[in-house]
Amino acid sequence: MANLTRRQLLRTGLAAGAMVTATQCARGTPNNPASGPTVNTNQTKDVTLRFIGTGVSQINEIRQKAEEDLGFKLEMRALSTEENNQIAITQPGQYDVFDGEYFSLPLVVPSGNLQPIDVSRITAFDQIVPIFTTGQLYDGAKVNSSQGTAPHRVMFLTDQESTEFAPEPTNWATLIPFQYNADTLGYRPDLVGREITSWGELFNEEFRGKTSILDIPSIGIMDAAMVVEALGLMTFGDKGNMTREELDQITQILIEQKRAGQFRAFWKTFDESVNLMSSGEVVLQSMWSPAVTAVKAQGIECVYAPLQEGYRAWGGGIGLSRNLSGIELDAAYEYINWMLDGWVGAFLGRQGYYSAVPENAKKFMSQPEWDFWYEGKAAAEDMIDPFGTKLESAGAVRDGGSFNDRMGNVVVWNSTMDEQTYLVQKWNEFVAA
Amino acid sequence: MLKSWKSIEPYLLVTPQTLVFLLFLVFPIATIFIVSFWEFNGYSMTPGFTLENYRNIFTSQVSLATYLNTFKFVGLVWFFTLVIGFPVAYFLAFYIDSLRWQIILFLVCTIPFWTSNIIRMISWIPFLGREGLLNKLLIGIGLTEQPIDIFLFSDFAVVLAMVHLYTLFMIVPLFNSLMRIDRNLIAAAEDAGASGFQVFKEVILPLSLPGIAIGSIFVVTLTMGEFVTVRLMSGGQAASVGYLIRNQIGSLQYPLAAANAVILLIVTLAIIFAILRTIDIRKEL
Repeated sequence: MANLTRRQLLRTGLAAGAMVTATQCARGTPNNPASGPTVNTNQTKDVTLRFIGTGVSQINEIRQKAEEDLGFKLEMRALSTEENNQIAITQPGQYDVFDGEYFSLPLVVPSGNLQPIDVSRITAFDQIVPIFTTGQLYDGAKVNSSQGTAPHRVMFLTDQESTEFAPEPTNWATLIPFQYNADTLGYRPDLVGREITSWGELFNEEFRGKTSILDIPSIGIMDAAMVVEALGLMTFGDKGNMTREELDQITQILIEQKRAGQFRAFWKTFDESVNLMSSGEVVLQSMWSPAVTAVKAQGIECVYAPLQEGYRAWGGGIGLSRNLSGIELDAAYEYINWMLDGWVGAFLGRQGYYSAVPENAKKFMSQPEWDFWYEGKAAAEDMIDPFGTKLESAGAVRDGGSFNDRMGNVVVWNSTMDEQTYLVQKWNEFVAA
Repeated sequence: MLKSWKSIEPYLLVTPQTLVFLLFLVFPIATIFIVSFWEFNGYSMTPGFTLENYRNIFTSQVSLATYLNTFKFVGLVWFFTLVIGFPVAYFLAFYIDSLRWQIILFLVCTIPFWTSNIIRMISWIPFLGREGLLNKLLIGIGLTEQPIDIFLFSDFAVVLAMVHLYTLFMIVPLFNSLMRIDRNLIAAAEDAGASGFQVFKEVILPLSLPGIAIGSIFVVTLTMGEFVTVRLMSGGQAASVGYLIRNQIGSLQYPLAAANAVILLIVTLAIIFAILRTIDIRKEL
């Protein structure tokens, strides 16, 4: 905050200084009469775009590269998933660009704080992975019929003024995707001692007191649903949109597990999940892909288990604030086009995320990198993340295999349900139990 | 002219403070109170008047359990801060003769407060964990074979961290009131034949009650509103009212959170009122 005000002060000061100078020049001096007005042809140079997003993508290296390539300034704010939604909904004046997840949209879009994105201005839009547009990846892929707030369900609005989701692609998009992944359980093979192949293992007594689940209702409930379904404890009409009865039932099961001491802790942030795993407090837990790589980067074995029931996925993208207009809006579109151009995709790809336009990301990745991260082939050389840490040695194969194997086997997405308020209430009961 | 100035002077002097209080205390609390009657759906709130939020809280098993759990924390933390704080303050006040050493030792007590309370709290985690120092030590000297799990991510850890964080708030007012006890009273009691225990029970304890009351007010109010310690030290598994409110804010349920905050405020004020009714702290001020 202090940083921001100092910056504003500086900016105001500079602007005032510039104004004084400008007016002096305009008046002209006797020997040097004022010339006519000059036109600044590259106006976006003076633009500063303010981003809000989660720590996953509010990364300094991306900001620096973007500023270098695009010529205008970006300000990034890394927030928790909850704070990000709160600000998006309640403080529209605080941001120009919303970097958020698709499952947040049923909450954010009705606030009217985002302006629909004109798809015709996005150059690489046609190359975006169809998961986001039609929801179909390839024939027979499980993801085609996945449940929950799948991106394609909230990707388009009916028209430019609308806050209503369109079932079919239109020219007006909510978010332009740039990163997504298939999440699953992570475990410590050295402490578990065998292969984990089912979500049901999370409630296995063998791991009593050594498991963890993430404490964000929209995500945690989906992991829990995968577990109880795998164990045959419950069946759901639609896991992504549970009824009150289903929520009652699943909360009851979770509370029983908690009382029996199944969980060591709940985690809310990326760092917490890394610490729980690397310290050995937890041996099996729901996890995010880069958290697994962060554990590995510490030299600790950690497997991101491909499970027989399939993956729970999430997708993130960029949305534009309703306040943006004129050259700032132009700058935001320039950013989106730059973002899909491949450099960002390659940068995030080296941490295990997928790019919305993989063919562009490929241009910025080496062949061994592409083969390892997207093709599921053995690494031809050591895999180094964008910050210089070695993640995998030559010969390693990505857990879960290729892009098609992983994203194709997504069965649920992080979800905002019709009964969202009730879900949060039940989730609080679980935490308080 | 001069006379009228004299009559408005006190009002002028008190104006800045009053404005600050109105703006930063009364106004926010009034806002919370108003919002607690608003309606909300999954993502936004609308002005209105509904008792639904309060009805929700008073009929829910969760809020009852959460309040009971919070009281449990408050009771335990209050007890341990008092049991630890009293001997420390007593030692400083009665066994250290030179003022200089009293000040030096008192400052020593504050050293942990030179870092942020989050850091003080987090530093317990590697110490108490399953592969932490304490468990390694216990296994090393053969006291236990399996690491003991309840050291961390448990109610034990929550209470331990809060006692660590708040004992000083008990020591300071206690030390203050113990220092004010007229030493002649103790000499007189001894001359009258009182034993050491009687001196403590009849003279020192009654005279230190205002200090205990003020310390208790600090500890109780701090613990009632706690959520960071509860969340971190219990690994998100224990509930407190503060943490419940925080979760509701996180899920954008502001009116429900506001209603909970109003109730928490009333309950805390009631506890403070009870303390003040029992012990007259005016002697201290």
